[in-house]
Amino acid sequence: MDRLKIIKKNIMEKKTTILNLTEEEFVHSGNRACSGCGLSIIYRIGLKALGKNTILVVPPSCLTVLQGLYPVASTKLPCVNVTFASTGAAATGVRGAMKALKKENVNVVAWAGDGGTGDIGIQALSGACERGEDIIYICYDNEAYMNTGVQRSGTTPQGVLTTTTPIKGKLQEKKDVPSIIAAHGIGYVATASAAYPLDFYDKVKKAMTISGPRYIHVHTPCPPGWSFDTRFTIKVGKLAVKSGLFDLYEIEDGEFQLTGESKRLVGKEKPPVTDYFNSQGRFKSLDAELVKTVQERVDTKWAKY
Amino acid sequence: MHIIESGNVAAATGVKLSRAQVIAAYPITPQTPLTEKLSEFVESEEFDAQYIPVESEHSAMAVCIAASSAGARAFTATSANGLLYMSEQLHWAVGARLPLVMCVANRGIGAPWTVWNDQQDTMSQRDAGWIQIYANDHQQIIDSVIKAFRLAQTVSIPVMVCYDGYILSHTYMPFEQPDQEQVDSFLPPFAPKNFLDPENPGNFNTVTLPDVRPGVDGKIEPGYIEIRHNLHEDLRTALDTYEEIDKEFEEQFGRGGNPLIEQYKCDDAEFVAVCIGSLSYQLRDVIDIMRDDGMKIGVMSVQMYRPFPDEAIVAVLAGKKCAIVLEKALSYGNQGALYGDIKSALYNSDTKPHVHNYILGLGGREIKTQHLLDALTESCTSPDTIGDTPRWIGLKL
Repeated sequence: MDRLKIIKKNIMEKKTTILNLTEEEFVHSGNRACSGCGLSIIYRIGLKALGKNTILVVPPSCLTVLQGLYPVASTKLPCVNVTFASTGAAATGVRGAMKALKKENVNVVAWAGDGGTGDIGIQALSGACERGEDIIYICYDNEAYMNTGVQRSGTTPQGVLTTTTPIKGKLQEKKDVPSIIAAHGIGYVATASAAYPLDFYDKVKKAMTISGPRYIHVHTPCPPGWSFDTRFTIKVGKLAVKSGLFDLYEIEDGEFQLTGESKRLVGKEKPPVTDYFNSQGRFKSLDAELVKTVQERVDTKWAKY
Repeated sequence: MHIIESGNVAAATGVKLSRAQVIAAYPITPQTPLTEKLSEFVESEEFDAQYIPVESEHSAMAVCIAASSAGARAFTATSANGLLYMSEQLHWAVGARLPLVMCVANRGIGAPWTVWNDQQDTMSQRDAGWIQIYANDHQQIIDSVIKAFRLAQTVSIPVMVCYDGYILSHTYMPFEQPDQEQVDSFLPPFAPKNFLDPENPGNFNTVTLPDVRPGVDGKIEPGYIEIRHNLHEDLRTALDTYEEIDKEFEEQFGRGGNPLIEQYKCDDAEFVAVCIGSLSYQLRDVIDIMRDDGMKIGVMSVQMYRPFPDEAIVAVLAGKKCAIVLEKALSYGNQGALYGDIKSALYNSDTKPHVHNYILGLGGREIKTQHLLDALTESCTSPDTIGDTPRWIGLKL
């Protein structure tokens, strides 16, 4: 399908396209993100979706840096920076204040990295989900502690070289954070990719129509951390989805469905995972056996879709 | 209204009368009945507040920090290990200059586990930058909570109201419960200049640099060290501010007058026992016995420990023969923290007394009047031969 046809199809399906994406920007250009930063893409697009009436809650992460150093800020929305482990609870506090002050219709949005979400922050997030707090939680998963210099995290995939898995690569598999959050039975869990920003935009928009805890987990390529050229952020992100390693889906009221590019892949032949592995330096210590194991895991998973 | 209730209920009632808007807490002995009472007030719709039953103390303080940043009056309470679990957040709340109020029912810290009273928990947090107020009875608990909200929002610094676990938290005492209208006229609503507001967006608690830095308008804004310097200066100012607030409280409610230190028979005393919290009332009995025997001794309790009321303390202790500092906490490997502070305050005094240090009551060890009598008598009879090493009361080695 050529691009024009895809755009026409998306318009028919009421999906956002580059033609009808809102023009208003909430992130200033010239911010402190690295060039080619996947977070930089989704933060810009995500805030467009959220709009002005939003309060952000951000723990330490690359986003803290992206947002600038006092007294300059690159975000045009109110934002409270909070301690690392506290994001879910801090978002709870903002919502609590909105209720107490009778301020309706404010989006309370936590935006954290994979460490701040699935590792040090998982207790506060789990608590907020269990209590049914009316918040949107967006996790940008760049698959390691990038802000501190590429140390392993719970969501680092198996075999990846990081500065704390420098020789053998990470021994353990990637922690499935969205499934953990979905197990809380909240109304909306979705995955997205920085390589498909408009799909992410629509998922944020959908999340805004639902109340209670909503969680979006965004696969976010990181050129310095994953060791690829800054030109290839989108390409690398798309390969993760197209090879079937990272799946785009939504779980609405417990109903799972693949979405976007992942939905289109069902029943189709996918590029081998080695295409994805070879696109980055962080996988260079993978041995053939682990590559085979990962391919088998992907094939088994997709056989169920 | 005159009522008889527990210290925890006195605290909860103070929070209700202060119209806290967001309350988050995690139960821990001996604070638990306070948390339960607040949830009951809210669930029965007697009290219009958001009660958020968080999954940890760290999160309790996170909720308070965020709610206060968004413009709501916030409260939490804890004890012992719960306080330590939120320690990072205590520092954050101060740095963010949020007017939170927290009650701490003082309890010893594990390991080994103890649920009983001492003051190691709050003393270990003395350098966080919070204002620390200690109550000696239930009346002081409820009054201090109300005054604490006023003080916190006047100086934009969070306030801890501390009271001895079990000894005050769980015992019942008569106290006067102020009317809501009176409290409303004393404590105006929380109306911060800066809060999380989509109409006037700001990025709070961002990364600061070692040096000052111009904003987009060219105006030079402070670096980290200036921000911290200002916090310290504002804390020192809080001593006077609290005295003024207490004076206003006294005029309106007829109670107060001793916001920084409380004295009992200190005026003509040659010896002064110094302590924090409910121990001061037990010491009054001891002092009365000693006075019957002709010993000129008084008691001073430190009501506000941070900022440290050094001038008020020196004004009482300078010229005395001996100050005897009795503490339910210890700066391990050194001395009692209060002892060190008092010696430091007296250092430049021309008429400084001898200062003795006693450690007692850790982990709830019973403090016997006879033990106090023996210790104070020894200090009074040989003020210049007792050294600088802390002496332990009631130890059974």
